[in-house]
Amino acid sequence: MIGELWESLTDALEGLGSVVHFLFRLVVNTPRVLLRFSLISQQIFNSGALSLIIIMLSGLFVGMVLGLQGFQLLQRFGSEEALGTAATIGLVKELGPVVTALLFAGRAGTALASELGLMRATDQLSAMEMMAVDPIQRVVVPRFLGGVIAMPLLAGIFSVIGIYGAQLVGVQIMGVDSGSFWSQMRSAVSLSDVTEGIVKSFVFGVACSLIAVYQGYYATPTAEGVGRATTTTVVTSAVVILFLDYLITAAFL
Amino acid sequence: MRKSRTLNLGTGSFVLLGFAALFFLTTQTTSHGLAVFGPAHYQVTAKFDNIGDLKVGAPVSMSGVEVGRVTKIDFDSNEYKAVVLLRLNERFNKIPTDSDASIYTQGLWGGKGGGKFIGLTAGGADTYLKDGSQIDFTQSAFVLESLIGQVLASFTKQKADEQAPARADPKATEKTK
Repeated sequence: MIGELWESLTDALEGLGSVVHFLFRLVVNTPRVLLRFSLISQQIFNSGALSLIIIMLSGLFVGMVLGLQGFQLLQRFGSEEALGTAATIGLVKELGPVVTALLFAGRAGTALASELGLMRATDQLSAMEMMAVDPIQRVVVPRFLGGVIAMPLLAGIFSVIGIYGAQLVGVQIMGVDSGSFWSQMRSAVSLSDVTEGIVKSFVFGVACSLIAVYQGYYATPTAEGVGRATTTTVVTSAVVILFLDYLITAAFL
Repeated sequence: MRKSRTLNLGTGSFVLLGFAALFFLTTQTTSHGLAVFGPAHYQVTAKFDNIGDLKVGAPVSMSGVEVGRVTKIDFDSNEYKAVVLLRLNERFNKIPTDSDASIYTQGLWGGKGGGKFIGLTAGGADTYLKDGSQIDFTQSAFVLESLIGQVLASFTKQKADEQAPARADPKATEKTK
């Protein structure tokens, strides 16, 4: 019993260590990959532009719900005008980065993991090594960087669409004054709130992309292994995102 | 070739959209954007004994109309005064040099937005403030704590004055005895 517990603990530590080691390898290889920007640009398209529809739709609905709920709540205190502030701070600092990262893990993270896992299973990665092409440089780093670059941009788009969603419900439907919606928002939201959101989304981008490429790269080369890698990517990403979210929020206080 | 062109187009427009969103967030949802990308402006300084909780970005108003914003707050260690940099809109370039700057509180106790702001009252000089000039007549922030302190001090002083003769009298009579 204790032996099993000890074993699972050492396994977890070993996994963490190898993720850190993998991140180090990616970072070391980054400068050389940056020269071949077309590879990265393609991956920005794959993980960013292709996630755009789901991000924008979710942002709209999250913003609309926020407008509705915020209005109901603030109305009790007779301060509906603060809706703009409430919705914007909620979106920019918290919901934007976190929901985007969760969706990103589901949409782009799984795609990365299964793609790399299948490459592993079909020996494409080994074939590259045979041809003296470093698969880390050619395949993994561009995917990682693409995700890291795409994530803050997606979170920004999510927040902006969300603010307009909240404005749509609050101002157009519920009848909050449009002028006070925007002016109260401007006077209450500070630049550090926006910075916090951008920092968060960048960190989440690194975490999500790292987990996805790691799981894919080291997937067991079987159909089952690829499936498990994909599942693990989503589950681990979700937990890690929420954990990091708490850490960064605490650090910014 | 055709495929890579549409791909680059997609990536480019995605990145553009993303940066436009971040730009929107930093400039349109915060008060900072107005100062950075605002219209033509000039800067003047004003020294205050105490600025209370005046913040960078606080409005500068004249007759209730916003004419500029506070862009920097510094401390002059020679005079022990707060140096406030005001960025005024170029449209309002006929503010007399002997104008008076005071720090006021928004709302009753500065509740909403926590805000102090600077109110300018026009003087009568023929020369106008320009870039780099300094406002000489300033009035400090109204600090609630020091006001309460003064009121308490005056109360205790009053009490002491009332009690002093009463306490002094018996002693005086004893001495005479």
